[in-house]
Amino acid sequence: MDSEYRDILHRCFRCGWCKLPTNYADFNCPAYLKHRFESFSSGGRMWLIRAWVEGEIVPSERFNEIIFSCVTCGNCVEACAMDKIKDRLVDVFIAARRDLVEEGRIPPRVRDYFKAVSISGNPYKRPVEETDQWARDLDIEEFNGQEYLLYAGSVASFDDLGMRMIRSAAVLFKQAGLSFGILKGEELDDGNDLRASGEQSLADFLASRNIEAFKRKGVDKIITVSPHSFHTMRKDYPALGGTFEVYHYSQVLALLIEKGALVPGELREKVTYHDPCYLGRWNKEYFSSRRVLGGVRGITIREMDRSMQNALCCGGGGGNFFTDMLGTGPDLSSRVRVREALDTGAGTLVVSCPQCYRMLDDAVKAEGVQDRLRVKDLAEVVSASAGDA
Amino acid sequence: MDRIHNRLEEIVGKDYVSCSAEERFIYSRDQGVQEPSEPDYVVLPATPEEVRDIVLLANEAKIPVVPMGGGLVLSGLTIPLKGGIVLDMKRMNRVLEVNENSHYAVVEAGTSQGMLDAYLRKHHPGLKHSLPDAPPVATIAGNIAIHGSGHLSQSEGGFHSEMVTGLEVVLPTGELVKLGSSSTVPGWFSRAPLPDLAGLFLGWNGTTGVITKVGIKLFPRQAHHDVLIFMTEDVDAAPDILFRVIHTGMAEDINYALSPKPDYLRGFQMIVINVTAHREDELALKIRIIRESLRPYFETKEAGFMPMPPNMKAGLLEVPQKALSKFADVRKGGGFEYVGAIMPLERIPDACRAGMEITERNGITYSLGARIIGRGHSAMFFFAYPFNRADLDEIRRVRSALEETNEASIKLGGIPWKAEAAGQKLILNSMEPATYTLMKKIRTLLDPNGIMNPGNWEV
Repeated sequence: MDSEYRDILHRCFRCGWCKLPTNYADFNCPAYLKHRFESFSSGGRMWLIRAWVEGEIVPSERFNEIIFSCVTCGNCVEACAMDKIKDRLVDVFIAARRDLVEEGRIPPRVRDYFKAVSISGNPYKRPVEETDQWARDLDIEEFNGQEYLLYAGSVASFDDLGMRMIRSAAVLFKQAGLSFGILKGEELDDGNDLRASGEQSLADFLASRNIEAFKRKGVDKIITVSPHSFHTMRKDYPALGGTFEVYHYSQVLALLIEKGALVPGELREKVTYHDPCYLGRWNKEYFSSRRVLGGVRGITIREMDRSMQNALCCGGGGGNFFTDMLGTGPDLSSRVRVREALDTGAGTLVVSCPQCYRMLDDAVKAEGVQDRLRVKDLAEVVSASAGDA
Repeated sequence: MDRIHNRLEEIVGKDYVSCSAEERFIYSRDQGVQEPSEPDYVVLPATPEEVRDIVLLANEAKIPVVPMGGGLVLSGLTIPLKGGIVLDMKRMNRVLEVNENSHYAVVEAGTSQGMLDAYLRKHHPGLKHSLPDAPPVATIAGNIAIHGSGHLSQSEGGFHSEMVTGLEVVLPTGELVKLGSSSTVPGWFSRAPLPDLAGLFLGWNGTTGVITKVGIKLFPRQAHHDVLIFMTEDVDAAPDILFRVIHTGMAEDINYALSPKPDYLRGFQMIVINVTAHREDELALKIRIIRESLRPYFETKEAGFMPMPPNMKAGLLEVPQKALSKFADVRKGGGFEYVGAIMPLERIPDACRAGMEITERNGITYSLGARIIGRGHSAMFFFAYPFNRADLDEIRRVRSALEETNEASIKLGGIPWKAEAAGQKLILNSMEPATYTLMKKIRTLLDPNGIMNPGNWEV
């Protein structure tokens, strides 16, 4: 392990602040929430990684499960009491995964995820030529110098809910007269979750190929649907030679509404909003989505106990969306989150991330509350308010 | 997989039992300097009935059971000294009842301090409970079981064990019993007027049963807060200063602190006085009364109230204070150990001197201080020693300081709080033999197979 990380392992006191949000509402670390063993908390993970580095324990299937069940949501970073190490906690977990990947000690489900992306450039094992199929009946131009590139990412390209989400956003952008285009049959996975899973080489390769395509097309500004893409394109792509202005679609929607280019209608609904970790905690963007919702007449926003920096992750980060390392059960964070949304009295749970959309929609079904709670994407809410849904 | 493991899986489900090396490693140690000792199994029960079934199995198999709450005691009380089953109680974390009129809450044993606080803020904003300085994941049950104290211990009635209105306990032989008013009538409002059986489980370090529910007193939550720090270099003045502040009846929480850092404040005694009120004018009046109580001191110009920058004040108004966890990184090493000694207030100056001598002799740094318990009825004096977890020699020196501090505490007329097994022996050796014999008789009666946290409270 890099000395940068090795040298801070012993500084974790395992005091447990990392298990809770800053308002203490409930356990907020998805892996700990699910398993409840101290070993699955961030502190437990720090101590176990140190024990591994010091040769006190050897990696086992259980060790891998502990290391790969972190969803990189960043709650521990937000809540940790130790100012000198808190910002690097998740980096340590990812570094440990990298070492396990290099040693060839990874869980089969993680291996399958890596193989799928290696073969196809996306985790769905679909040909790259199909990455724009979500747009085929929408008459969206291929990028050829428009102001923005709309980048879908793997989940919005191939998951039906993700596709619904990007289609809604794209239709709104067109209505607002936004100048944007897409890559047709050239998009590769953004690499964020691979990187978080410890497969840095493949993540770097995909990022470099995306950067190459963006540059070849003359892209300066990118709109992402996924907060995961938004994050890695801002944080990791510059070091690989790709510096672009990157926006999340919620930011663009907020801007278009405030400029008057997009005029939401009226929707008499009680909604609650789920902050995606890679938009919120990792990039401190908490308000654009709320500004968009605030622009819809008639909507009542009910905040969950854990919102903004305290949001409970849907459990879909850190590669878990593709590997399902957290498994199933009532203590799965997505199901806990759905129950928390219900507690607000809202009938709609609004999301702004295709991974959250799938995780929470599945959780609504697992909880059997489809008659009481619907999951909708932000753009769908705006469309519905205008009677376009 | 062995028979016991299979039986445990039948009781709590396979996801909540582990005998993996990873769990055995983590549960073999706490954050302090005690030597690790591995459990054979870690089990996470969800109901009192599951706890009962585990205890019955442990009796049958004659293996130890060690109950664990937040696991933050630092002195190894949840380290399974003789192996066996660690019962991590944190799946049992529901707030079961809040009675606003009678000012109590009933919680499951794994409920954390932070989660009860959050629950009260949301559902009963006019009420609060006494929070210890431990991180917010510390549990209510764990804290009362070790006679913990907190930010209302001065103003609202002493140790947290004194704020207990009732318990539900699984006895070492498997019976599930209620103690306090809930044993006789509906409601968890009081331990009186019944024989106080709760005392059989408070301060016993998990050697007499497994607490599964706690009734705990609640108090009014005021809207306005402030904090004052009174400083003096005269260590012998501390008891009188504390006496004067306590007697105003105006303070919510009173703490005393002495630290070698920053250098220019070395040797200064700091009396940290938290004040709360329902109204701003009430707060101002309380502060004025406290300030006037110390006029003879600041007129000498040798003592006075410290002007505090806003960020410092904000930190001191936090409950619990994150700064206290940060203390573990003073030596850039994620560790601190401390002896909390319950002692009379008048011994504070001598305790300070003893602490400084011990740390100097062992070549370690320190933070010393005390929380006032009750209206000066006692103090929880802490000797806190940070250490670098990666420095084995420093750990050895802190361990040595810990042992010396335990001895010094008793010589000073105090009793080490939540002492590690060796410290417990020290206490028992100073205890009147008849008292210890009574303890042994009670324990043998309750726990004939000796399964509950063996190695604790034993000579």
